[in-house]
Amino acid sequence: MLYAILCYDAEDMVGSWTQAEDDAVMARLAEVEQALVRKGWLGPVARLLPTTSAVTLRKSRENLVIDGPFAETKEQLLGFYVIECEGLEAAIDVARRLATANASGGAFEVRPIGLFRPVAVQVGLSRAMKAALG
Amino acid sequence: MSDMASMGGCSLDGAWIDAALTAARPQAVAALLRYFRDLDTAEEAFQDACLRALKAWPGNGPPRDPTAWLILVGRNAALDGVRKRSKSAPLPAEALISDLEDAETSLVERLDGDHYRDDVLRLLFICCHPDLTATQQVAVALRIVSGLNVRQIARAFLVGESAMEQRITRAKARIGAAGVPFGAPDAAERVTRLNAVAAMIYLIFNEGYSASGEAAATKGSLCDEAIRLARLLLRLFQGEPEVMGLTALLLLQHARAAARFDTEGAVVLLEDQDRSLWNRRMIDEGLALIDKAVRHRRPGPYLVQAAIAAEHDRAPRPEATNWARIDLLYGDLEQLAPSPVVTLNRAVAVAKVAGPGAALAMIEPLAAKLSGYFYFFGLRGGLLFQLGRREEARAAFDQAIALANTPAEATHIRLHLDRLERDGAAS
Repeated sequence: MLYAILCYDAEDMVGSWTQAEDDAVMARLAEVEQALVRKGWLGPVARLLPTTSAVTLRKSRENLVIDGPFAETKEQLLGFYVIECEGLEAAIDVARRLATANASGGAFEVRPIGLFRPVAVQVGLSRAMKAALG
Repeated sequence: MSDMASMGGCSLDGAWIDAALTAARPQAVAALLRYFRDLDTAEEAFQDACLRALKAWPGNGPPRDPTAWLILVGRNAALDGVRKRSKSAPLPAEALISDLEDAETSLVERLDGDHYRDDVLRLLFICCHPDLTATQQVAVALRIVSGLNVRQIARAFLVGESAMEQRITRAKARIGAAGVPFGAPDAAERVTRLNAVAAMIYLIFNEGYSASGEAAATKGSLCDEAIRLARLLLRLFQGEPEVMGLTALLLLQHARAAARFDTEGAVVLLEDQDRSLWNRRMIDEGLALIDKAVRHRRPGPYLVQAAIAAEHDRAPRPEATNWARIDLLYGDLEQLAPSPVVTLNRAVAVAKVAGPGAALAMIEPLAAKLSGYFYFFGLRGGLLFQLGRREEARAAFDQAIALANTPAEATHIRLHLDRLERDGAAS
């Protein structure tokens, strides 16, 4: 089974860390990640840029784009895409196409990724991970 | 259970609490200011709450909403103080404490609402009161909003602690005398406040950015603080392209911090900087914000300046810099915010695109307005040197040195003069 572990925290507090504190946290996380790499358990890792850099595409007839992150407690996170494209306009366009394919409601938050490691290791991946990677 | 305990132990070290208190400060002080309508009372109440947090949090674990906790505890602590004082000398408590029942019932909702947004904006806005000098604005904001102590601020301004203490006290008295606007601002007033606050955040950044050498180490944190405040403002006003532009501008400039000075503390010019030292994540965030802001099709001065900074940050090598585009952007900036300094900066791009002669012709008319400006003579000397007009170049460089604000600036111009001497001797 593949699992996504989603990271939540108070952004203003994380933003108040000094560079040294931030580095220390990332180093501690890297230790855990290394152990997962050795087991072949680790897939893509991403650290998102702050929510201030996000826009949200509200799925509706006009697929309205609004500034800021998605903040609607009634709706739940059901999945995510990682795409590579030229800039925000292209990313919004992709979100629009997805919204047209699934117009059931909800929203897409488009948020740039600050740190991205595609797949840490391919040797010794679990069967599910290999299957998923094709 | 043991997992919970170990998680608590791990995350609740001193650094975590410090970060939480720092992050909560602007919101909490702003809300306390609304209750007590007095800056000193609000600050003391927050201090009290912090002391209690340092006692309570390591044992009890972090509260679900640290900011709400601090506001509630700070408010109760201050009310306690008012009650105690009122026993010895009866005070009309109602006059001191406003919004009380209201706050009791809807504290948490308010934290997410417009009230809260206006609270923080008000707190930032009173720090940039027009009666205060630029330095006072920055000092007061660093003291009240960011919570830096007087010693840290004094160090950043390279003045003595008691002098800074006096400056801040005087500024606070001015603010008190001027009266804090507590009514809900209308849309126009909100825009006015937002502009003033953005300018003040830019001042804080500049104070840190213009530092060099030894001062750079102590002042550099002012850049981080300005970025933190810009992000806070942007979270409150998510659809304001100029706030996106301001935040992007600060990020894109600060991203080059590690490359701006050599080991001796001398200035390293943009074209000589080791670009691998630039902070990629800050650049990415800045570019993302520009992307967002551009969609609004309402370019303002901060956004255009950010776009100029972005052109530099995008270039993998100095030769790859798109100077023609930078020239155009400076043209836009001249329209939006005309100033001789903008034209001077544009001349640098013009020199690259059309040669030093064209650039010199562009800056000559600025001579009267910029006769006291270090960079004017620095650039003028550089252009004259490129044109082979050595004697005039030397005179311009001499004037620049006389006007240098920091030793690093003077050292930099001396390097030019040395080069002049060397080339002169060789020819």
